Amino acid sequence: MLEYLAKRLLGIIPVIFAISVVVFAFVHLLPGDPARLVAGLDASQEDVAAVRQSLGLEGPLWQQYLRFAGNAVQGDFGISLKTRRPVLTEIGERLMPTVWLTVFAMLWATVFGLLIGVLSAVKRGRWQDYGGMIVAVSGISFPSFWLGLLLIDLFSVRLGWLPTGGYGTWAHFVMPSFTLGLGVAAVMARFTRSAFVEIAREDYVRTARAKGVPEAFVIWKHTLRNALVPVITMTGLQFGFLLGGSIVVETVFSWPGLGRLLVDSVSYRDYPVIQAEILLFSLEFIFINLAVDVLYAFANPEIRYK
Amino acid sequence: MTAAPAPAAVPQGPLVRVDGLDVEFPTQDTVLRAVENLSFHIDPGETLAVVGESGSGKSVTSLALMRLVEFGGGRIAGGSVAFRGRDGVVRDLAKADPEAMDKVRGNEIAMIFQEPMTSLNPVFTIGDQIGEAVRLHQGASRAEARAEALAMLEKVRIPGAKGLIDRHPHQLSGGMRQRVMIAMALACRPKLLVADEPTTALDVTIQAQILRLIRMLQDEMGMAVLFITHDMGVVAEVADRVLVMRHGRKVEEGTAQEIFARPQHPYTRALLAAVPRLGALAGEPLPRRFPLVVVNDSGGGSYTEAPPQDTVTGEAPVLEVKDLVTRFDVRRGIFGRLSGRVHAVEQVSFAVKAGETLALVGESGCGKSTTGRTIMQLQAANAGQILFHGRDLLAMGAQERRRMRQKIQYVFQDPFASLDPRLTVGFSIAEPLTTHNLASGRAVEERVAELLRDVGLSPDHARRYPHEFSGGQRQRICIARALASEPQVLIADEAVAALDVSIQAQIVNLLMELQETRGLSYIFISHDMAVVERVSHRVAVMYLGQIVEIGPRQAVFDHPAHPYTRRLMAAVPVADPARRDRDRPLLEGEIPSAIRAPGDPPEVRPLVEIGPGHFVARHPIGDFR
Repeated sequence: MLEYLAKRLLGIIPVIFAISVVVFAFVHLLPGDPARLVAGLDASQEDVAAVRQSLGLEGPLWQQYLRFAGNAVQGDFGISLKTRRPVLTEIGERLMPTVWLTVFAMLWATVFGLLIGVLSAVKRGRWQDYGGMIVAVSGISFPSFWLGLLLIDLFSVRLGWLPTGGYGTWAHFVMPSFTLGLGVAAVMARFTRSAFVEIAREDYVRTARAKGVPEAFVIWKHTLRNALVPVITMTGLQFGFLLGGSIVVETVFSWPGLGRLLVDSVSYRDYPVIQAEILLFSLEFIFINLAVDVLYAFANPEIRYK
Repeated sequence: MTAAPAPAAVPQGPLVRVDGLDVEFPTQDTVLRAVENLSFHIDPGETLAVVGESGSGKSVTSLALMRLVEFGGGRIAGGSVAFRGRDGVVRDLAKADPEAMDKVRGNEIAMIFQEPMTSLNPVFTIGDQIGEAVRLHQGASRAEARAEALAMLEKVRIPGAKGLIDRHPHQLSGGMRQRVMIAMALACRPKLLVADEPTTALDVTIQAQILRLIRMLQDEMGMAVLFITHDMGVVAEVADRVLVMRHGRKVEEGTAQEIFARPQHPYTRALLAAVPRLGALAGEPLPRRFPLVVVNDSGGGSYTEAPPQDTVTGEAPVLEVKDLVTRFDVRRGIFGRLSGRVHAVEQVSFAVKAGETLALVGESGCGKSTTGRTIMQLQAANAGQILFHGRDLLAMGAQERRRMRQKIQYVFQDPFASLDPRLTVGFSIAEPLTTHNLASGRAVEERVAELLRDVGLSPDHARRYPHEFSGGQRQRICIARALASEPQVLIADEAVAALDVSIQAQIVNLLMELQETRGLSYIFISHDMAVVERVSHRVAVMYLGQIVEIGPRQAVFDHPAHPYTRRLMAAVPVADPARRDRDRPLLEGEIPSAIRAPGDPPEVRPLVEIGPGHFVARHPIGDFR
C-alpha cells in the first residue's frame, strides 16, 4: 500500500511540471505583446515596461519560466492587476467559501444519490425505480440558474425564510448547496443504480443468499460494497468540478467564491489571477484523483495487492 | 407456511420429498416453463445426482429447492418441497416465507456453485465469509466465528489455513476457492448440500481432489448431497441414485448401477453413448468417431459404430515445431523491475503429418494454449522454429508469412465469444476469403454456401446472426470460417470443451469427417483425456511448459510412462460405477507455478525414446523429481 502511494506521488511530479509549463505559456499564447495588451493601447512606453516587469515578462523564455516556477513554489503568483493586492490573498479569501459550498453540496448529494440509486436498483422495474429515475433525469436536465432563481423567488421573496444571497450564516448555505448538489445527486443516483444492478447479478451475491444472509445485508453489505467502486470515481470527478467553483450558482447567489473570481478576472484580463486559478484547479484535480485511487484500493482489495 | 408436525419417534423417511414441482420464468410475452411436474426424493446421507444437458432444468431445480430461483426472475408455480428439518418437523419450502427460508438456507441446506472464481465476494476476507454463516445461524461472536472458520478451513484440507484466513479470494487458485466455498457451505453442518456443477470449472486433478473431499466430509457429517452435473463420469463417481432430466422433465430415475448398466429410456442411452470414456479405444491404434445413437421421440433408437480413422499420409511433416520457447515477463515495483518470468512454453518440439491429429493435453497453465497461439503467431516466440513444409515461419518476411498463415487456422474454445454478434454468419465466413483475395463476387457466396454445407448447416443460414444459433451450431460456423482459406493445419483449442456431451460428440465427429475428406492435420488442444483418446493419432502431454511425454496415442494411453501422465489419467472420472476406485492415488496439492526468477530457466533435457516414436522426460520437472 505504501509502495503504491509512493508510486502514485512520484507519478504526479511530471504532471505538475507539464501543467506549470502550460499555465506559464498561457500568457505567451495570446497574440501580440501581453504587456501592451494589459497596459492599454494608449499607455506610455514606461507604463508598458512597468507592466512587463510586474508580469515577469523580461529576459529569455527559460528565465521567465524559472522565475515563474520559483515564485509559484513559494506561493508568490504576483499582484492582481485589478485590485493591486497579492494574488495569493485574493484567492485565499475566495477559496474557503467555495470549498464549504462544495463540501455541503457533495455531502447531501452523495447521501441522497446513493439512497435513490440503491432503492431504484432493488425495486427495479417497479414504481420506486421509475420515480427515482424521473427525479434523477429532472435533476440532470434542470438548469441551475433557473432553479436558483425559482428558489430565491419562493423562499426569499415570497416566504422570506432565507437570504437571497451572500455568505456568512448557515441560512446562506441552504439554497446554493441545494442548487449545486441537485445535478450531482441525480448523476450519482443513476450511476449507483446501474453499478448496483450489475453487481446484483454476480455469483457471489447469490452465494450470500445461499448462506441465509438476510436480504437487507445482501443489499447493504454484499452488493453495495462492490458497487461503490465505480461510484467513488464518479464522486471524485464531481468533487473536482465543483471545487473549481460554479460560475452560475455563485453568480445567482452572489457567493464570494472562486467561480466568480475567475469570471471577474477574465473580463478584466487579470492574467496573474487567471494563471493562479488554473494552477489551483489542476492541483485540486490531481490530488482528488489520488485520493480516489487510494479509496479505491480500500474498497477493492484486488487493487490493494497489485 | 405449512408445518405438519411429524412424530419424532419415526426419524425415517426421506430428507426431502419434491412433488409435482413446476418452475416458471415469466418473460415479456410468454411464460417459460423450466421445470415441469418434477418429483423425486433424497434420503438422509445419500447422494442423488441430477444429470442433463444445458436447458434440462437441472440447475433451476437446485435453485428452486433453495428458493433462490425467485431472485433470478423465476417462480415456483406448483408442487411442494417437503423438507425434514433438524427438529424433525417437515416443512413445505415451496410455500415458506422469506424469513423462514433465511433460517434454512446456509443452515440446514447449503449450496456450492460451479464458478469458484466468481462465487466469493472479492471485498471480504475468506475468514469473514466463512464465519458469516456461523454468526448468522448460530449467533456466534466474531471470535467464535473466526475460530470456526479456521476449523472449517482445516477440515477442507487447506494447507496453511492460519495464513489464509485473512486473505481475499483473488489471492487463491480456483481449486482453493472451491475448498473455501465448501468450508463456507458446511460451516453450519447442513443436512443437505446442493452442489451445482461444483467441479466443472476445475482441472481434472483438482476435480478429483474436490470430489474426494466432498465425499469424505459427507461421511463425516452424515449429510445428503444433491449433485447437479452434466458429466456422466462424475455421476458414476459420486452418485448413489441418478435422476436424468431433459427439457425440464424427469426422463429416468434409478440407482447409479441401474442407470449405467441398464438405461431404460433411449435418451439416457444416447447420453451415455455420447460420453467419452477413457479406455474405450484400448488396444486400438487408430482414432475412431463417436458411435452415433439416433433417438426418435417414440422411444426407439439406432446405434452405429464408426470405422477407424486411417488418414495419415506421407512421412514428411506438414508442420514442425523445434525448440519453441515462449516466455512472459512479470514486472513489479515503482520502476517495473523484472521480478520473474512465466515459462509458458519451454523448448517444445513436435511434428504433425498430413491427415494426422496430434493432441496437446495438460491442465490449466501447462502451456498448451500458448503453444497453439505461438504457432498462429498470435503470440511472439522467444526462440525456436515453426516449420511449415520445411520453411521457418519466424524467419519469413511479413508478406510471405501472411500467405502461409492462411494455411494454418484456429478454432477457439468459446463459440459464443468468437463470432462478432453484429455480423451475419455469412459475412464472418466470407471475411477470410475477401481479406486474402481468395474469391470475389458471386464466387464468395457460392464458397460460403459450400462451406456451410460441409459443416452440416444449410446455405441459407448465411444471412442470420450468431445469436440465432445454438452453441454446437456456432462451433460449426467457426469451423466453416476456419476452413474458408483452405488450410492444411487446424489448431482446435479446447474447441469442444464448452459444449454438451451429445453436441461435443457431433463436433468431434465433424472434425474427424473433415479430416478424412480434406486430409487436414489437427493440433487438438484439450484437457479432456477421454476426448483426446477418440480423436488423436499421437499425443503430447504438457506440464509446466514442457512436453513430458509424446508418442502414438495407443502407446501413451495404454502404457503411460511419465508419472504425471499416469496421475492425469487416474484423475479422470470413469463413467462406470462398477469400476469406481475411490482410493486410487491422486496428485496432492496444487500444480506448481510456471513463474520463475529471472535468470533461472527450468532444466530442459532431450526426451528419452522408450518405444517406437514414444518419448518421455526423465529429468526433474516441477513436483516430479
